[in-house]
Amino acid sequence: MKNRAFDKELKTFRLGGVHPQDNKLSASAPLAQLPLPKQVTIPIIQHIGAPAKVVVQRGDTVKVGQVIAQHEGFISSNIHASCSGRIGIIEEVMDSSGFKHLAVNIRVKGDDWLETIDRTDTLVEEISLSRDEIVARVMEAGVVGMGGAGFPSHAKIKVPEGKTIDTLIINGVECEPYLTADHRLMLEKPREIIVGVRILMRALGVSRAIIGIEDNKHDAIELFDEWLREDKQIEVQPLEVQYPQGGEKQLIQAVLDREVPSGRLPADVGVIVHNVGTTFAIYEAVQKNKPLVERVVTVTGKDVKQPSNFWVRIGTPVIELITAAGGLPESTGKVVSGGPMMGKAIADLEVPVAKGTSGILMIAQAETKRAEEYNCVHCGKCIEACPMGLEPYRLLLLSKAGQSEKSKRENVLDCIECGSCSFVCPSNRPILDYIRLSKTKVKKLK
Amino acid sequence: MSQSLLTVAPSPHIHTELTIPQVMRGVIIAMVPALLVSVYNFGLGAVYVTGLSILFCAGAEWAICKFLLKREPTITDGSAVITGMLLAFNVPSNLPWYIILIGSLVSVGIGKMSFGGLGNNPFNPALVGRVFLLLSFPVEMTSWPQAVATWSLDGTTGATPLGILKDGLRAGETVPALMQQMPSYTDFFFGFQGGSLGEMSAFALLIGLGYMLYRKIITWHIPVTMIATVFVMTGIFWFIDPTRFASPLFHVLTGGVMLGAIFMATDYVTSPVSHKGMIVFAIGCGVLTVLIRLFGAYPEGVSFAILIMNAFVPLINTYLKPVRYGRKK
Repeated sequence: MKNRAFDKELKTFRLGGVHPQDNKLSASAPLAQLPLPKQVTIPIIQHIGAPAKVVVQRGDTVKVGQVIAQHEGFISSNIHASCSGRIGIIEEVMDSSGFKHLAVNIRVKGDDWLETIDRTDTLVEEISLSRDEIVARVMEAGVVGMGGAGFPSHAKIKVPEGKTIDTLIINGVECEPYLTADHRLMLEKPREIIVGVRILMRALGVSRAIIGIEDNKHDAIELFDEWLREDKQIEVQPLEVQYPQGGEKQLIQAVLDREVPSGRLPADVGVIVHNVGTTFAIYEAVQKNKPLVERVVTVTGKDVKQPSNFWVRIGTPVIELITAAGGLPESTGKVVSGGPMMGKAIADLEVPVAKGTSGILMIAQAETKRAEEYNCVHCGKCIEACPMGLEPYRLLLLSKAGQSEKSKRENVLDCIECGSCSFVCPSNRPILDYIRLSKTKVKKLK
Repeated sequence: MSQSLLTVAPSPHIHTELTIPQVMRGVIIAMVPALLVSVYNFGLGAVYVTGLSILFCAGAEWAICKFLLKREPTITDGSAVITGMLLAFNVPSNLPWYIILIGSLVSVGIGKMSFGGLGNNPFNPALVGRVFLLLSFPVEMTSWPQAVATWSLDGTTGATPLGILKDGLRAGETVPALMQQMPSYTDFFFGFQGGSLGEMSAFALLIGLGYMLYRKIITWHIPVTMIATVFVMTGIFWFIDPTRFASPLFHVLTGGVMLGAIFMATDYVTSPVSHKGMIVFAIGCGVLTVLIRLFGAYPEGVSFAILIMNAFVPLINTYLKPVRYGRKK
């Protein structure tokens, strides 16, 4: 009989970390289907790697799941029509980061899916595909990392030559305050996620998988523990609540006590990490032949009428989600795509939801303003908070002084931009802003 | 609310509640128990000295900003109030007002503002002022009112336990004999002893430490390490020859070890930034304190020890880096 998850000691990462208020306001809101928008705008780059190549023309009629942009090379991803209808204008639009990218507009008509897609809720447990077939299917379905990074998933499940993976870690941490998309998905689709884990294990050729979930999601830990009682290969690891535990490097340290050497990948220490949302998308891609055309998005904020978790078609304008959650609160000063620690403030509410959009957060004007800045008092709190063991206060000074060479020697490129230093600074210094500046300059040094 | 008015700024979009004014307020609250004990022991003298010191320090900072530096006064951050309180904690409770004024001017003017104000001073401002006064007014600075609750401004004065010890040993007496003349350890712990205004009660200072740890204003590294270092080192000497050296408990409970370890050495600005650095710094403070107490000319060495270690902080910060992730050799 295996150990119950609750009997296990809580684990966490060793360096740094902060404890922002949880504010998981939407934790009890069940997943709900967002009504279809009138039009969707789908950027052809929603991933790390080469942009996809548009293969449709204005005026074409498309079905849900049809490829509208084809991947270019291995590190790239297919883009599918998330709604049926007619292709409208294909032009550059602004994404949540403020960059302009080519995007395909679809005037939505009906909800007509490709016949090859299994849209039923029936759980398909038996995995019939081989390793290579799984990689091909995931690639075809355009699945990318849904935790935010957007790295093409097929590239992560094809084990590189000469490397051995011994453990698959499933990231169910969701350490960003407010966000509950992964939490709800775990509660409502646990068996699908577990099949997804088995698919990944087969593709990677590993016999051990660990699902890391933070202790503020007791119900999810319990649920997975229950479904995995008889499973000898997959276990649940409860984790202490601490930001940024969902960072790949931090999660690997927390779960396995391994460190990914600077500049290397988790595969170099025998680990691959996938997010639960991605795992679910991989299940759908492989077992249901369904491409990544929708995802769960949390819509939340302290003044939001109905904090919600929606199934949203990719390309839906953010304003539609906000309207469905009760409208933009009067107090709103900032709208963030993603969580409050790493998310991006958006200027325009027409920005489309992308594969990596985990949440829409509305922050009140009063909380938006940055407080008065004081001199650095060398309290060391940023060092205490940094999960990479850097000295953020020093990196800020070096950045201000334009000392790129020195910044590089102080390992500025190891920074994962989690924001813990800026969050914790009692002098309200914009530490991460300066570190980002410095990173850009240091990258140009090479 | 019009869309075009949305704020766009880089992440993170939330911030901790613990900002500089909150931190300073927390430190001030943490000093209150010690101040109360002092008022109980010394009566109005404690209130008078502390009040004047705060007033002079804050006033000095205000005036320097306003008239010399011509910039917005920074006293609202609360750091001048702390400097004032700490300076008062480090002097006898019957100090005349003009000495307090000089001390405040030196603390804030030379110790802090001449380097650019909050965050830039290499030495603890209150200690700079205190040591300046000790060297300039040796008589006034070492005439310690005795801890008898009195509500008049002139009480009797006498030596501190450390002073009695130092003078007695010089006169050829033994430690056990000298201990007969002193209050019990319980009295030391609760603060019924002579000494600087805020340093007497280990109990009250420890309450302050607990509060600051609870509010996550400071970490345990400096106070615990420094007190432990003093305890262990004096313990070794005591073990070798208990007739010549006082017990470790005596050394930890008397003089400024508690005050220094909890409130002076933990000053953000003048202590190292990494945990490793903090431990090295605190060991240094402890060792120097003990060396001065046991072998130096002064009966007490906490202020000098911390000031000397302050000078090493930039070096410590440069050479003792935090453990980096993923860069094991």
